[in-house]
Amino acid sequence: MGRAVGRSVRRKDGDAKVTGEAKYIDDLAFPGMIFGATVRSTIPNGEITDRRIALPDAFLVADYRDIPGRNIIALIDEDQPCLAEDVVRHVAEPILLVAHADREQLFDIDRHVSIAYRPRPPVFDPEASTQSFKHIAIDKGNIARGFAKADTIVEGEYRTRHQEQLYIETNGVIAVPGCGGAEGITVYGSLQCPYYVHRALMVLLGLPADRVRVVQTETGGGFGGKEEYPSVLACHAAILARKTGRPVKMIYDRVEDLLATTKRHPSIIRHRTGVTRDGRLTAMEIDVVMDGGAYATLSAVVLSRGVIHASGPYRCDHIRICGRAMMTHTPPNGAFRGFGAPQTQFGIEVHMDRIAEALSMDPVRIREVNALRPGDTTATGQRLGPDASALPVLREAVRRSSFHDKRRQWAGTSRGIGLSLFFHGSGFTGSGEVKLASKAALELTPTGARIRVASTEIGQGTQTMLAQIVADALGVPYDAIDVHAADTAHVPDSGPTVASRTCMIVGKLLERCAQDMRTRLGRRSPAEYFRRHGGFTVTSEYTPPPGQSWDDQQYRGDAYGSYGWGCNVVEVDVDPDTFEARPTRVTAVAEIGKAIHPLMAQGQIQGGTAQGIGYALLEDVVMRDGRMANAQLTNYIVPTPLDAPPIDVTILERPYAHGPFGAKGVGEMPIDGPAPAVVNALRHCGFDIRSIPATPERLFEARRQKVEGGR
Amino acid sequence: MAIRVTINGRRRRLDVSPMARLLDVLREECGLTGTKEGCGEGECGACTVLVDGQPVDSCLVPVAHVNGAVVTTIEGVGASRQGRALQDAFVECGGAQCGICTPGMIVAALPLRPGAGLEEIKTALAGNLCRCTGYLSIFESVSRAKMRRRARAAAG
Repeated sequence: MGRAVGRSVRRKDGDAKVTGEAKYIDDLAFPGMIFGATVRSTIPNGEITDRRIALPDAFLVADYRDIPGRNIIALIDEDQPCLAEDVVRHVAEPILLVAHADREQLFDIDRHVSIAYRPRPPVFDPEASTQSFKHIAIDKGNIARGFAKADTIVEGEYRTRHQEQLYIETNGVIAVPGCGGAEGITVYGSLQCPYYVHRALMVLLGLPADRVRVVQTETGGGFGGKEEYPSVLACHAAILARKTGRPVKMIYDRVEDLLATTKRHPSIIRHRTGVTRDGRLTAMEIDVVMDGGAYATLSAVVLSRGVIHASGPYRCDHIRICGRAMMTHTPPNGAFRGFGAPQTQFGIEVHMDRIAEALSMDPVRIREVNALRPGDTTATGQRLGPDASALPVLREAVRRSSFHDKRRQWAGTSRGIGLSLFFHGSGFTGSGEVKLASKAALELTPTGARIRVASTEIGQGTQTMLAQIVADALGVPYDAIDVHAADTAHVPDSGPTVASRTCMIVGKLLERCAQDMRTRLGRRSPAEYFRRHGGFTVTSEYTPPPGQSWDDQQYRGDAYGSYGWGCNVVEVDVDPDTFEARPTRVTAVAEIGKAIHPLMAQGQIQGGTAQGIGYALLEDVVMRDGRMANAQLTNYIVPTPLDAPPIDVTILERPYAHGPFGAKGVGEMPIDGPAPAVVNALRHCGFDIRSIPATPERLFEARRQKVEGGR
Repeated sequence: MAIRVTINGRRRRLDVSPMARLLDVLREECGLTGTKEGCGEGECGACTVLVDGQPVDSCLVPVAHVNGAVVTTIEGVGASRQGRALQDAFVECGGAQCGICTPGMIVAALPLRPGAGLEEIKTALAGNLCRCTGYLSIFESVSRAKMRRRARAAAG
């Protein structure tokens, strides 16, 4: 038994954060540093016909002609320019960059710059769009045969809207000229994926890898919002730094961050399900449409995770899932915790309650009948291992919440109780991890070992959790392990900090490094070995577990190494006068293989659940003519301390054979379940809600339709 | 304009524009970068500091308002035993994840009485947003620190 794993040891980054000593990007300054700002498009679609700039000499202006390499943000598709040339495809698209030594001079820069456009008609409805970023089809069994076996067919359409990550620290970077020579560049920033930014800068500036350095600074939240967007901002600051020869700081204010940066993809999900009288699913036909916004960014992979999770944690022999991500003239949507799965599992989980209703069946019973068990196969044909835990999490959540008692007692009142059952694949989808080929390194130090990975600490506890794994695998105290800053000049590419992969994938690489180091140390302690022989570094590279395979063409096979499993029960109280729904209690049961640090795992579950409650009830991005109309915290509402319901967390552990100490991912899964559980609780109160956020206006409308329909 | 103000126990004379935001003066003139900006409009509480013992959003306060006042920022919290108890509890109870809201949360919790109950804690922190924790571990952190203080007070 290990000494650190499974214990809530003191966080590595804790003391600096509670004393104010931790340095975030806006807390840093460099000699000669100046500031940068962005001039953005004010229309959603059109040609740029003129740019008039009336600025004194103290301002420096840059546009796409100042880009020495290629004018793209390198990611998956190469469709997004760093700075617009002749056309703009969304409001807030970057066109010009302006630098000045005095930050305050940049506040009203738009007054001095005027861009003239020839507008084109924009498309805002993804279903009316003719340009798709990605199509995916999943076929299991024979859908016609499945429907032939059904006693009843239930159909439904479910909709979700944008959600803003709302990290409390807005996006920001500082670009400093020079790295391996004057033409190189060093970028410091609040970011999740140093090597994404590194590659984007290489392509933009036409520089080799060793002339670009990216250093993550303390990061005040990410939730996916600092996965791909920091590449854009880093490129902008780098252009200004190259042109001025000075360090350039660019920090978005909240309005700019809300207007310009990525959000969760809105979605439309349609289900047609064949079911027998006793509740068995015989056929699931699912159509998923995601609104990608103006550029491809990560839409293809968001859609991929979305469709794979669209049939939920259920067994069914005949499944057809079609998904498409469509282009619209709105700012690009992108990564946000859950990455497509919260949308599609909202659809299936509300649909399951409607199926139960159609069959006059208990919502728990229909899930028990259909829940995936060990040995069952998923929609992609992945055979599940012994850690498949849909039933255990369901039963535990139902028991802990006294679900059935409350369901009976509250029937016909303004109180409701609802549940959701969900799962979440850990790590990159399909062959993603093989293609990434992540590397980790562990260095022997005079007192222990130092972790060198590009995986970032963004609040979720990366440094602490990885150090625990290494400490136990190496057989040394937790305090003997330190973690190098995520700095591309000093750490190998362990892949992006996304996809619930840091613990399961990178943690496993480090466990292997530590085992190799331990073998080499023999009976000596790190200190003894270091004194006699000096230091050394061990590295390891990702190899897939034996037998894991994936077919990208057919979308068949092992979509993920493993899955976490979750069940939420939400209790709500609806105010009969204002139609405000208040969650009064959440029961969250999660099976995550092994909680390396139970307190932090609980923190992930509580925090993700609260974001999910916000997604369900409060968070409404109002788009007007392609522009976020409520781009401020005054009216984009996230849960406050007074909105936070008690969240009773239970962690179950069914070890995954190929995770470090059995661990699977935990970061994203908690946001998959709250929204459908809230809506199912509202259904229990008599509100037929099929889209979120379930604002008082929507509840009122649902009640009005019911009353008028009943006349 | 010359502003005279006591910040974290130290008397200072600042030559700044009277309309400069207290937040900017603290961060840029005084080098106290522990106070954070999250929204610039008084909604998130990341910039909370104490002015004469009362929590305020320093992004909304023109520095002229603190002329002659006593200001406490996160950098000054560790000077008191109850401040240190709060800081320690935030680490122990998981109250700090990404840490960006933490200075504001701790400062906002500082004036709470020892033994404060959950509803009092929620009300005191109502103006502070956290996107990481769902708040429960923050309530727990404050509660534990305030219980410690009460235990110490009871022990005399």
